[in-house]
Amino acid sequence: MTETTAHQQHPIGLYLKVWALLFVLSTLSYLVDYFHFQGHLRWGLIIVLMLLKAGLIVAVFMHMAWERMALICAILIPPIALLVLVGLMSSEADYTFLTRLLFFR
Amino acid sequence: MRQLIADWSSDQQAFHVAWGKAMMWIFLLSDTFIFGCFLTSYMTVRSSTTVPWPNPSHVFALNIGGSEVPLILIAIMTFVLITSSGTMAMAVNFAYRRDRVNAAALMFVTAGFGEMFVCMQAFEWSKLILEGVRPWGNPMGAAQFGSSFFMITGFHGLHVTAGVIYLVVIAIRLLRGHYERSGNYQIVEIVGLYWHFVDLVWVFIFAFFYLW
Repeated sequence: MTETTAHQQHPIGLYLKVWALLFVLSTLSYLVDYFHFQGHLRWGLIIVLMLLKAGLIVAVFMHMAWERMALICAILIPPIALLVLVGLMSSEADYTFLTRLLFFR
Repeated sequence: MRQLIADWSSDQQAFHVAWGKAMMWIFLLSDTFIFGCFLTSYMTVRSSTTVPWPNPSHVFALNIGGSEVPLILIAIMTFVLITSSGTMAMAVNFAYRRDRVNAAALMFVTAGFGEMFVCMQAFEWSKLILEGVRPWGNPMGAAQFGSSFFMITGFHGLHVTAGVIYLVVIAIRLLRGHYERSGNYQIVEIVGLYWHFVDLVWVFIFAFFYLW
């Protein structure tokens, strides 16, 4: 226990830097909307900025970067199952959409 | 049977961290699936509707000085939540240095920002309800907009409210010296995990619901 406690002491400066970075990334993602970017550029920017912010929060603020590998794997691998759900539901949604176009218009 | 009990009950430990921290992580993992299901169902109803989806950029615009600024309230809410995450990270840092007064003070600041976020969300909800947005329909477009909006932001707001209460309770106990006997301030890091998770979920909601 003392070992893990010792691991989690980081300089305040690190948190301030990440904090500033999160502010910059949030401003950038707001500007994506403000300047009305459209199409692939918009989706790409939104996803990249979102993943960067999420990664910073999990790795630094939640100390995942310094956690033991067993915990990292137990927490970060299961959410991948959500991607399967997203894949299934998007094909289902396409099917519903086409059916509605055929019968409810 | 006896063998199975022996295998599962012996002194085995998979996660060599404090049990409270491991449990909070597992709770957060289950919460990830809850929000994952909400966002996935939102994706499903949005991509299967034949009625155009209301443009969030216009729906959440505010009139400031006569001109319409798109999504400004949501941007401010995002900054407030990130700021609260920053103060929480500092509180955890102070707790590790066993500086309980500063840690508790920063936790109160965090709770204050959290409360501010909830108030802005209440304002946003009232504004949308006045404009006629209901879970079963709205004047701007697809009826599913209302149900997705109230469900996702409502559940997130509930998490923020619970987090504010949790923060205040732990900060008061910390100030009163409740954790002096065990000499262990681990609880501050556990509250911190929960709070950062609330911020993390907002990152995804902001990207998928408001910007998409």
